[in-house]
Amino acid sequence: MRPRGWKAQLPVAALAALLGFGLVVQVRTTQGGSALGTARADDLLRIIDDLTARSDRLRQETDDLRAARARLTTSGDKAAAAIDEAGKRADTLAILAGTVGTHGPGIRAVVDDPGHVLHADFLVDVIQELRDAGAEAMMINGHRVGAPTYVVDDVVTRVIDGAPLTQPYTITAIGDESTLASALAIPRGIVDTAQDAGAKITVNPAADLVIDALRPLSAPRYARPAQVG
Amino acid sequence: MIAFAGLLFGVVLGIVVHPTVPLWLEPYLPLAVVAAMDAVFGGLRATLDRIFDEKVFVVSFLSNTLVAALIVFFGDQLGVGGQLSTAIVVVLGIRIFSNVAAIRRHVFRA
Repeated sequence: MRPRGWKAQLPVAALAALLGFGLVVQVRTTQGGSALGTARADDLLRIIDDLTARSDRLRQETDDLRAARARLTTSGDKAAAAIDEAGKRADTLAILAGTVGTHGPGIRAVVDDPGHVLHADFLVDVIQELRDAGAEAMMINGHRVGAPTYVVDDVVTRVIDGAPLTQPYTITAIGDESTLASALAIPRGIVDTAQDAGAKITVNPAADLVIDALRPLSAPRYARPAQVG
Repeated sequence: MIAFAGLLFGVVLGIVVHPTVPLWLEPYLPLAVVAAMDAVFGGLRATLDRIFDEKVFVVSFLSNTLVAALIVFFGDQLGVGGQLSTAIVVVLGIRIFSNVAAIRRHVFRA
């Protein structure tokens, strides 16, 4: 470089400084802050259009998801209600079938028949009478009475579901105490029949009786549920 | 060379001061910078060609930046500011490239 005068170079240096200054400022502006500040109007319009379309899409998606959630919530409620209902039905059926223990108000009748004059039909009558009076669960000498229960005569003893009964016969029934008691006490009914035959019978209502004898649950071999509806 | 000192001084000043670009200047500053870079590279080439003239440099620097800013300004008024900015960047970019190529030939003899 050939040497020049300082004065002649000053404007050049000043302009170079201006360039450096502008360069740094511009770089800083581009890096710092968002690019939106320096964007042109039509670019901004395009960006706004894009964002609007995107937010529309997202809003649509939100609506869809919200609807799906509502659908799932209601169906979940229905399923819970159905499970609840099924549980109640299962409880009812289990008590009827005798697969669970149960307790509640009812009566306890004790029959002492030293002369063995009361036959199986007497016990069947007792069961029938109590069922008629609304007994919901019954137990005779620790044998749960269920739908297939039968009572037959052996030579001197009575046999329930294949097991011999020992005296005295203790019949426990759960249901409305007074209804059950009066069902046994009607004229010419169970109590009269037993006493006429020479047996001793006592009927005691109780507020809370426990029936803890269970029946094994056997799946039906022949009967199949029919499709309803 | 005092011009390099000036450039360095400007860079340091920009880093230290860190000013905010006024809004009205924002569309023009980047193109003005590119135009000024064109002038500087032209000046560098002229220096290497030993035909550098301070007056020519100052006038070309100022007119370059002013014309670039004016073109963008009118482009914005006509609604084609974005396209004209691109055009200016392309033209100035080509000039900068050719200037740099000439400088390279001087420096490396290739």
